[in-house]
Amino acid sequence: MNTTRGFTGRTRAARPGLPPGQYDAGDDWPVLSAEVTPEVAAADWTFRVGGLVAEPRTWDLAGARTLPASAYTGDIHCVTGWSKFGVRFGGVSLDAFLDAARPLPSATHAVAYSHTGYAANLPLADLTGGRAWIAWDYEGQPLSPEHGGPARLVVPHLYFWKSVKWVAGLELLDHDEPGFWEQNGYHARGNPWEEQRYSGD
Amino acid sequence: MTETATHPTGAFAPPTRFAVPGRIEVDGLVAGTWQTATLAEIRRETPRASTFRLAVPGWAGHVPGQHLMLRLTAPDGYTAQRHYSLASAPDGSGHIELTLDHVRDGEVSGWFHEVARPGDRIEVRGPLSGFFAWPGDRPALLLGAGSGVVPLMSMVRHHRARGLTVPLRMLVSARGPEELIYARELGAETTPVFTRRAPAGTRAGRLGAEHLRPFLADPPAGGWEAYVCGSNSFAEHASRLLVAAGQPVERIRIERFG
Repeated sequence: MNTTRGFTGRTRAARPGLPPGQYDAGDDWPVLSAEVTPEVAAADWTFRVGGLVAEPRTWDLAGARTLPASAYTGDIHCVTGWSKFGVRFGGVSLDAFLDAARPLPSATHAVAYSHTGYAANLPLADLTGGRAWIAWDYEGQPLSPEHGGPARLVVPHLYFWKSVKWVAGLELLDHDEPGFWEQNGYHARGNPWEEQRYSGD
Repeated sequence: MTETATHPTGAFAPPTRFAVPGRIEVDGLVAGTWQTATLAEIRRETPRASTFRLAVPGWAGHVPGQHLMLRLTAPDGYTAQRHYSLASAPDGSGHIELTLDHVRDGEVSGWFHEVARPGDRIEVRGPLSGFFAWPGDRPALLLGAGSGVVPLMSMVRHHRARGLTVPLRMLVSARGPEELIYARELGAETTPVFTRRAPAGTRAGRLGAEHLRPFLADPPAGGWEAYVCGSNSFAEHASRLLVAAGQPVERIRIERFG
């Protein structure tokens, strides 16, 4: 162990929900998009599920709101090091969208993409079974543009770059295909509990 | 270093307007290896910011704009990790420089500003991320605020050290002259904007459309690649000004603190 002279660290209580190498951001919620925040009006937002599905489908916000409501309450973890505890995102489980489009048996992975063109790849297994949401509310208020409003993907068990802001669609594939940060040196899956930050971790 | 392909042949391309592509490929092996860095020198830049020069004998070299990950370890095994932009230009010297604000209650910046002295050893991995990198090829318009000037200064230093002729201009915002990091080093390529206290004869105020107009009204051949770095509020403000002035969104790269 390479101890740093004179470093003790902030006074800290054991925090079981904190993955390795992360710190508690407290009330802060840093914004880390790499592109200009787009002006996507709620009336113009659409979400498409396509690729290896029986029936490609597209929803607008009004249509998406007719699906059964579902919320995520828990923690989120950013690859830059902060974690945020006890947040609440309201929207619809991604399962509801996938059930409507009916993934083909050959579908194993997905690329989630944004209205800006930003994209992230995910194994389909990380998007199903109540582990992913399309969210338009944060703490009961409409999600702000800089945090991905009108609506974003939320996959809280992976680093948050996977939770695509201004989400425009999900393309189901029979192979893994790197998204934006994954082409820029970041890990293909991004599990914070295994500290999968960069390619090779 | 090679340009990152916009999309590998045959890959799925989102039907939406494409986001800003990466600039360089990153070596995953280099990015994934922790190395020991020895603090060689500390230089004060402003009342709140200092530069820390580190000897990293195995440093693989970087492209201006890239960052690294840094780790401090307590005797009980607790570690604190942060990402910091590289301030120095790539020079093959086996040394790199970081410039850190002294963040109030900052766990890591507090150690650097209050405890660190030459000879101390820490751990680093990098360089990381090819998105905000500037290899020195395209005309660059740099917009920074506060310590957001740090990765941009690496670009300015690289431009000078290599004697590059590709156009490079920097607009840097600071509260007052005493808080302008690298003030002595800034040259004709830089326009400082002081938001609270300006020197006699100039007006204090926020970065505005009038500051961008001279550059965007008459862009160089091929257009500017814009790099924006600072707090989220500065990044939002500056990127909106750029878009309003006609800069294409796919040629605006943003690095936000956090």
